[in-house]
Amino acid sequence: MSRVAIVGVGRTQLRPVSPELSYKELMFEAAVRAYDDAGVEPRGDIGSFIGVSEDFWEGTSIFDEYVPDQLGGALRPVCTIGNEGLHGVATAAMQIMTGQVKVAAVESHSKLSEVGRPLKVMQMALDPVLNRPLDFNPHVLAGIEMARFLGDSKALRNDCARVVAENRAAAMDNPYAAYPADLRAGEVMGSADAFSPLKEMEMSGPADGAVVVVLASEQKAKGLKGEPVWIDGMGWANDTPTLEARDWATARYAKLAMAQASKMAGYPAKKADLFEIDDTYAYKEIQHAAALGICKPGDFRKLIDGNGPPVNPSGGSLGCGHILDATGLFKLAEAVEQLRGTAGRRQVKGARRALVQSWRGVPTTSGAVVLLSGNDAGPAGAGKGAVA
Amino acid sequence: MRRVCVIGAGITKFVRRAKETGKELSFEAARMALDSAGMELADIQSVAEGTAPDAFDGLHMKAEYLSDGSGAFGKPYTRSYVGGGTGVFLGAHGWWHVASGMFDTCLVVGEEKMSSCFPHPQGAFLTIFDNFTERPLGPNLVWIFALEMNRYMTRHNIKKEDIALVSVKNHGNALDHPSAQLGMKITVDDVLKSEVLAYPVQRLDISPTSDGAAALVFCTEEVARKYTDDPVFVDGVGWHLDTSYWTDRDLYYPKYVEKAAKMAYRMAKIDNPRKQIDFAEPYDPFDYKELHHMEGLQLCGKGEAPVLTREGVTQRDGDLPTCPSGGALGVGNPIAATGVMKLCEMFWQLRGEAGKRQVKNNPNTAVAQAWGDLMQVGTVVVMRRGGARP
Repeated sequence: MSRVAIVGVGRTQLRPVSPELSYKELMFEAAVRAYDDAGVEPRGDIGSFIGVSEDFWEGTSIFDEYVPDQLGGALRPVCTIGNEGLHGVATAAMQIMTGQVKVAAVESHSKLSEVGRPLKVMQMALDPVLNRPLDFNPHVLAGIEMARFLGDSKALRNDCARVVAENRAAAMDNPYAAYPADLRAGEVMGSADAFSPLKEMEMSGPADGAVVVVLASEQKAKGLKGEPVWIDGMGWANDTPTLEARDWATARYAKLAMAQASKMAGYPAKKADLFEIDDTYAYKEIQHAAALGICKPGDFRKLIDGNGPPVNPSGGSLGCGHILDATGLFKLAEAVEQLRGTAGRRQVKGARRALVQSWRGVPTTSGAVVLLSGNDAGPAGAGKGAVA
Repeated sequence: MRRVCVIGAGITKFVRRAKETGKELSFEAARMALDSAGMELADIQSVAEGTAPDAFDGLHMKAEYLSDGSGAFGKPYTRSYVGGGTGVFLGAHGWWHVASGMFDTCLVVGEEKMSSCFPHPQGAFLTIFDNFTERPLGPNLVWIFALEMNRYMTRHNIKKEDIALVSVKNHGNALDHPSAQLGMKITVDDVLKSEVLAYPVQRLDISPTSDGAAALVFCTEEVARKYTDDPVFVDGVGWHLDTSYWTDRDLYYPKYVEKAAKMAYRMAKIDNPRKQIDFAEPYDPFDYKELHHMEGLQLCGKGEAPVLTREGVTQRDGDLPTCPSGGALGVGNPIAATGVMKLCEMFWQLRGEAGKRQVKNNPNTAVAQAWGDLMQVGTVVVMRRGGARP
C-alpha cells in the first residue's frame, strides 16, 4: 500500500483576540502558507478539501457553505468532517489511500473570541434529557475527572501544576504561541480554584487561529517542493458519550486510538522522539501519556525533569492557546516542523519520529492519534499500512 | 482500489415527530441494517455517521451524542457533513473507509431529528445565511428556492403543470414504501391549488420536515461473500461544492451536480449515463429539483427532464424510473437520513427486493444524488448489482 505524506503546513499566529480579521481571512492566510510550503496550486493540484468545524462554534448552520472560496475550493470536492482536526487528517489520508485523490488539504480554525457565550455552547453538547437540565458549567466534568485521576496521590497533584509551568515556559520559544509565561508550579497552585481540584491556571486559554495541512500520495509527494513527513499510523476512537456510564479514571479513547495507530505503523508510542499530546487541562497531559503507553502517571515527572523524550515541546495548548478542533492540526504542524528540523529554538535534536494526539474536550470521549516519521527516519516497524 | 460492497440496509419509519430520541432512531436503523446483513456489532470495524445541522436537534457536536446509538462505542468514528447533501455523501464516506484498506467493514448511519426545533425546523435555516450580507434580510429557505425554480422555469419555458407531475408521481410511489410519511394519491390539480408558500413554490411542491434514520453495512468483496451471494457494489462516488456566493451563479443549472456526477461516473467507468443507468434516485426536496438534478446527472439534456416526465419515462415501469422509492416528497425528508434512504432504495431495487416498488427494467446500474447548502453542493453515488467491475 502506498504511503501518505504531509507535504505542507500553514498556520496563523494564535492570539486571544483577532478583531481586525474575519475567520475567512484567518483561513486564507493559513491556506496560502500551506500551499506555498507544499508547492501546490489549489485550483489545479488539490483533489479534495476538508474543513473541520462545528456549527455552534461558528454561529452558522451548515458551515461548509462558507469554506470553499478562501481555500481555493469553489466548485471542487469539499466537505466538512465534524470531528477533531486529526480525524480530518485521517479522512484525507484514507481518500488518498483509495487512489481517487492524490493531494488533499485539511483546514480547521477557531474564532473563539467572537463566541459571545462559549459556556452556553458547551452546555448544548450535554445530553438534553439527562444532563442539560442540571444547568452546570461543563468544565465541572474536568474537575470530577481530575479528582478521580489523582486519587490520593499528592505527588501527582504537584506534577499537574508543573505541566503548566513547563508548557508555558516552552511556549516562550514558539512564535505562534498566545500564552507564553515564566512561571513556577507554586504560582499555578496559588491560582484560584476553578473546578476543584482543577486550578484556573491549569485550564488552557482560548485563542483564535487557523491551520491548514496538505497531504499527498507517496508518488505525488516526491515531485513536490515541500519536504514530506510520512504518516506511519493513525487511529481514532470514541468511548461512551454517556457521563453516567464512562470510566472516569483512564482515557480509554486514547488507548483505543493508539492501538489502532500502532497496529498500522508497527511500532508503539515509545518509539517516538517527541510527543505533541492533548493538554486542554494540565492533568489531561499525564492521563493521556498513560493511556498512550508513554509512561505510567507516577513516572511522568521523570519526563518533566527532562529524562526522556519531550512532551509538548511546542508549549501545548496551555502555552499556545486552545483553538477548538484545530488544536490537533496545530500540534501536527508542530510535529512536522520538528521532523523537518525547522522548529527553530524549540527544535528537538535528532527527532525522527513523533506522536500527535488530540481530544475533543468535555463532554466528549473522542480522540485521535497520528504517528509520523521524518523523510530520512529509516525503517521503524513492520506495519501493515492499514488496520484491516 | 478495493471494490466496496453493500450487504445490509435498515430504515426507521419517517414521521413528523418521533417519540424516540435521535440516538434511539440511529440505533433502530443500525440494528436493522446489521440484522439484514446477518452481522453483529462486533463484526463492524468502523462507523461513518452523517447528520445535518446541529440546530435541528439542538445539540452541539451532535455526532458525539449520537455515537453510541450508531454503534460507535469503542470504535473509530467520523461524521461527515455537507448540509442537505450529507445522506448520499455518506456513500462516499463509508466507501473510503473500506476502499482505502483501513477497514474491512463499516457501518454507515444517517440520522435527523428535525422536530426538536421549535416551533418549526424552518427556523434553523435562518442561521445558514451570510452574517453580513444576507441574514439581516431575514431570508427564508423557501424564498431562495422559489428564485431558483422561477429561473429554471423561465429559462426553459417550463409549465408548472409539468413540474407538478413529479409531485404526483413521488407521492404516489411512496404509497408502497413502508417507511413513508406522506404517501398519497394526488392530482396535478391538487398541486396547483395547494397553498402558495413563495411563488412558484406551493405546499405540494415541497417535501415535509421529518424525523428518521437509515443505515447500511459496507464491506470488502471478500467479507461480502461470507454473508451473501448477492452483494451490491459501490462503484462510483463524487462530490463538488460551489462558491458561497450563490447570488453570483445562474441558478437555472446545477453545475456542481454535473461535476460531482462526472467524478462518480469516471470512477464507475460510465461514459453514457443515459444508456448505462437503469434508474435514478435524484434528490427531490422540491418537485422541480428532481428535474433540475436529472439534468445535472446527465440523464437528459438541459430543459428535457419535464418532457421525459410528461412522457412517463420516469415512472416505475418506464425506461428511466426516477425516485421509485417515493423520494423526499413522499417518503419524507429527515435530511441526512433521506440520502441514506436513497442509497437503501438502490440496494433493495438492485437486489430485486423492493416488493411493490420494484422497477420493471431488471436494473443493473443505478445512481443516487443529494444536494444542499446554499444551492451549492452535489453528492453522487453509483451502485451496481453483482458481476465484474467494468
